[in-house]
Amino acid sequence: MDNLNLIYPELFIGIFLMVLLIVGVFKKNSFNLISKFTALSLLVAIPMVYINDNVSVKLFSNNYIIDELSSFLKILILASSAFALFFTNQYIKDNKIDQFEYPILIMSAILGMFVMVSSNNLIGLYLGIELQSLSLYVLASLSRDSVKSTEAGVKYFVLGALSSGLLLYGCSLIYGFTGSTNYYIIAENFDSRNLGLLFGLVFILIGLAFKISAVPFHMWTPDVYEGAPTSVTAFFALAPKVAGFGAIIRILYVAFGNVFVEWQIILIFISVASMILGAVAAIGQTNIKRLMAYSSISHMGYGLAGLATGIDEGVSASILYIFLYVVMNIGSFVCILIMKRKNIYFENIRDLSGLSKNHPVIAFSFTVFLFSLAGIPPLAGFFAKFYIFMAVIKAELFALAVIGLVTSVISAFYYLKIIKIIYFDPEQEKFDSITSKGIKVSLTFSTLLILFYFLNPSILNYFVNIASKAVQ
Amino acid sequence: MIEIGLTHYLFLSVAIFTIGVVGIFLNRKNVIVILMSVELILISVNINLVSFSVYLNDMVGQIFTMFVLTVAAAEAAIGLAILVVFFRNKGSIHVDDINSLKG
Repeated sequence: MDNLNLIYPELFIGIFLMVLLIVGVFKKNSFNLISKFTALSLLVAIPMVYINDNVSVKLFSNNYIIDELSSFLKILILASSAFALFFTNQYIKDNKIDQFEYPILIMSAILGMFVMVSSNNLIGLYLGIELQSLSLYVLASLSRDSVKSTEAGVKYFVLGALSSGLLLYGCSLIYGFTGSTNYYIIAENFDSRNLGLLFGLVFILIGLAFKISAVPFHMWTPDVYEGAPTSVTAFFALAPKVAGFGAIIRILYVAFGNVFVEWQIILIFISVASMILGAVAAIGQTNIKRLMAYSSISHMGYGLAGLATGIDEGVSASILYIFLYVVMNIGSFVCILIMKRKNIYFENIRDLSGLSKNHPVIAFSFTVFLFSLAGIPPLAGFFAKFYIFMAVIKAELFALAVIGLVTSVISAFYYLKIIKIIYFDPEQEKFDSITSKGIKVSLTFSTLLILFYFLNPSILNYFVNIASKAVQ
Repeated sequence: MIEIGLTHYLFLSVAIFTIGVVGIFLNRKNVIVILMSVELILISVNINLVSFSVYLNDMVGQIFTMFVLTVAAAEAAIGLAILVVFFRNKGSIHVDDINSLKG
């Protein structure tokens, strides 16, 4: 029973999910009700996770861990998903995808993410990833009458299933050669001279890199981001990345912590490739969702650069990076959802032209997010990159730092291009005025956080440092 | 007579795994074949897990296999459902016809 006391958030979400599913089946047109209850339960789960925030316990004979890292990431997952539900509400109704399955699938994905960030066992990791991905495949193809959305679903499913297969093959090799699926025992028995174990390590890294869309396993990202309904794309850009990062941190620093030299070079390669591809491929894009896809690829590259250092500062810099990335993406997707005229949503970057004359406040916030994504001081995105580069230099990976800086300059080009379109291009017809409260609240919150983070970075850094201590 | 040992099972599993992965990349015909290839990959993992489990005299591998089988069934169901929805919109499940998203 002691074990069950500490996994209340998981139990709560799991049981609530099934109750809501039953309600949804028996009640007609219940999207509004279920969506409200889902958001409410996500908000209720935040304090439940927070109560466990400063305990560090190993449950179910060391197979499930509740510690500062998992609590921090869980709160981030819950908060970002709640925001994603709030600000996409209007879009979902306008586009007639208001089926009750939508919030329920999001909730089951969240349950999967919880297991991903807390699991200390390969079986738990695999089941968490699958619960998350299976829900996401369905979410991607939720707009059933649209060719694009269903095609995004097919692509995501095929490549996702392949990556799960690779991850699983890696798990089986690790299990076979270390004799256990528990991370601690894997760490004890890992012998870097054994080729089978190294293959297993590489396969697991491939599977996880796929889930956070790092190069060279990023091919699905632009297509899925473009094809899926924008509300789903916003969700894809937020919570799954956090969970993927949590899983990567735990498996690399706990299970494979002793063989740091073996995976460091792989991680550096993935990180450099993601930064370069994300910066270069985004330049020619005309669809803003596709551009956000490449932008998220390059941001994952920076996040992984912090993990490749193998030092304390690197891990906390990465966690901070993923936090600020989530806040910036909430803001950017809110701005993308504002682009509608007469209830039709637009996705082309050209449609933003002259935004500053019609909607000066939104134009200002969007500019803040784009500057922050490009890493321009004094906005939060600059500090996120700054801490990463500090850690990278401290670990003496100078080439990585140089490449990171250069790609960050390249990617500033396409962010600035959007700002140029917003401020200096001829104005077009006005966008519809904003009626949804969720959009207003999310936009205000994320703009303020990004703008004023620099006033007192230590508040957030305090929590991030506690979280990163958990894996050292 | 050759004694069938762990290595033989591992080679069998590697062979099936390779067939599965190659099947996904070389297949230019239809998406059902891809689904079958994914199943092949999962089956190869199961062979791996069970043979390790017997070799190590440890139950965990077989339990893992049960979970993998369950997830594989769910995955196949979801994959086919998505494919049916896609077919309704596009009228084809040819791999070359999955081309409306590009860039």
